[in-house]
Amino acid sequence: MLDLTQYSCLGAALRDALDRWPNETCLIESDRDKEKLRLTYSDFKEMARRLARALQDSDLKAGSRTAIIMTNQSKWLVSAYVIFYSGAVLVPLDYKLSAAEHLQLLAHSGAEFLIVEYYLWRAITQSPEFKNHQLKTVLVTEAPVGADLAGAYRWEEFRRKGEPDFVNRRKEDTACIVYSSGTGGRPKGCVLTHENYLEQCIALTAWYPFWPGVRYLSILPTNHAIDFMVGFIGPFVCGACVVHLRTLRPEFVRDAFPRYKITYVTLVPMILKNLEKGLRAKFEALPPPRRFLLNRLIGINKALTRRRPHVKLSRALLPQVHKAFGGELLALITGGAFMEPSTLQFFYDLGIPVANGYGLTEACTALTLNDLKPFRADTVGKPLPGVDVRVLNPDPDGIGEVAVRSKTVMSHYLGDPELTAQTIVDGWLLTGDLGRFDGNHHLQLFGRKKNMIVTEGGKNIYPEDVETAFDDLPVKEYCVFAANYVWPGKTLGREMLIIVIRLEPGQDFTDYSRRELELRNRRLPDFKRVGGYVLWDKDFPRTASMKIKRTELAEELGKRLDRASAVVEL
Amino acid sequence: MRTQDQTLDEILNLAATHFKVSREKLTPDDDFFKTLGIDSLQALDLLTRLENHFSVELPDYELQGVSDFRTLAGRIQARL
Repeated sequence: MLDLTQYSCLGAALRDALDRWPNETCLIESDRDKEKLRLTYSDFKEMARRLARALQDSDLKAGSRTAIIMTNQSKWLVSAYVIFYSGAVLVPLDYKLSAAEHLQLLAHSGAEFLIVEYYLWRAITQSPEFKNHQLKTVLVTEAPVGADLAGAYRWEEFRRKGEPDFVNRRKEDTACIVYSSGTGGRPKGCVLTHENYLEQCIALTAWYPFWPGVRYLSILPTNHAIDFMVGFIGPFVCGACVVHLRTLRPEFVRDAFPRYKITYVTLVPMILKNLEKGLRAKFEALPPPRRFLLNRLIGINKALTRRRPHVKLSRALLPQVHKAFGGELLALITGGAFMEPSTLQFFYDLGIPVANGYGLTEACTALTLNDLKPFRADTVGKPLPGVDVRVLNPDPDGIGEVAVRSKTVMSHYLGDPELTAQTIVDGWLLTGDLGRFDGNHHLQLFGRKKNMIVTEGGKNIYPEDVETAFDDLPVKEYCVFAANYVWPGKTLGREMLIIVIRLEPGQDFTDYSRRELELRNRRLPDFKRVGGYVLWDKDFPRTASMKIKRTELAEELGKRLDRASAVVEL
Repeated sequence: MRTQDQTLDEILNLAATHFKVSREKLTPDDDFFKTLGIDSLQALDLLTRLENHFSVELPDYELQGVSDFRTLAGRIQARL
């Protein structure tokens, strides 16, 4: 891999990577069972060159904020490279947000350039909020012939002859603004520097290296911190290859493993559990003698890999299982959401090492990771090289808030010095997560101090971000909480949002009330919905400016009500 | 050419059969994630079944922001 200590910015590192491995494949793009595109590093450079010139001629320059809203595909990475090459700042937005949310974050980030897929752009331009925007240049990918682009240009045609100018950046300059949450509420735009990413890449590849010939299957959205690092920066600075699928349908994801002989993949709990379920069903369907044999072989593999993985041995012992995964899989990477230890252990016992870790956008990508020496399903691993992790104010069980000091910690939250000061104190990032170290310096997580949930799909959801969906609910007042915030448990399981409702005097909670609640809940994307409601018989405590005192209300609810009987599932 | 109501009715029948739910329990404005008790991966699986049934290609993004049968029927109808 490139020696990243020699670089001050991502643009320079990526530029040199393209020249270092010109004939290696860097990208494969497949749509269902059809391969659509295969690029070498040299092809990638050529594709980026004339786009960069055209964008620079449109005034893309050092510091220009440029948003990308796209599903995982080659144009995402080519565009991001052009942004870094030009010294501009990348704002990667989640393509699953609504058009109104996109517009809100585009405005908050100050983005002047936008690169977006056609169907997402169409939704944005049709949104009632689409007015007075500050976008100067919009490039739209894959627009149908004759489509109304509402002033945007076609990405595929936006080219200009001539060499683009490379713009160097300092380590402390902003590389990306990444939103960890904040639609509807208080936008949390994490300002991450070039140093943050370079240091993170050095730390991660020290434990999980890439090299030419490695193929990484990119499933998690590239706007997500993990895929951005291990599905773009990491592979590229090592000459490896990224495989994109234009669909997440389980059957095509499964097929991609053998077809492309995948080396690494990152999966969220929902997908990993789906794979586990499929495998278990196949095992169950085996005739009893074969099932007996399989269980014996799994038992032998388990015994032989207790101290460390022996991938070749596991492949020889369980060839059918490994063949289904392409036979070259080195590790499944997980993180970003709570993963049940039994699921992780299931895969490890089959000889598929699982690199389970823990991180947050505010600290670039990962803070801790399983080093497989030995594998531990019950922890999120050890701090990566260069990452100091402390547990603050531990209780008698050793559990306290996890705090982190590292060169990967963001510079600040965009435009929010108050929140930044609350989050980074004396150089330590307060994560809001509760954890403790065991005797082997493995970090175990036990819940959250903060009022939020992480879904099985790896999405952070803050109650404040969904509350506006319940506007005009015919009740006196309401407030949304993470259930685990009201009833703290030393677990990360059973995460859900609940809405606490205070009815008008004399009002009953009728079928009509429930329908009105469900109607509003369904306006939210499925992963943001509240999972239950609680009826509360007192007025909410409020500040002088009439804001709900959330912490006070949560404490009172937790003290007076029992979760099991108070929460009515929706 | 099917009418949108026919498309909707066929979607409801197919969803009921595929996820083993009584057809009578499904109505056009139901939140299918909830009524069928499925996650987003299973919803993608439903999309594949619908593609086969209607002989159209439905990109994953056609499901984005959609959670009721009626809207889904509208998206499919536009591609028939």
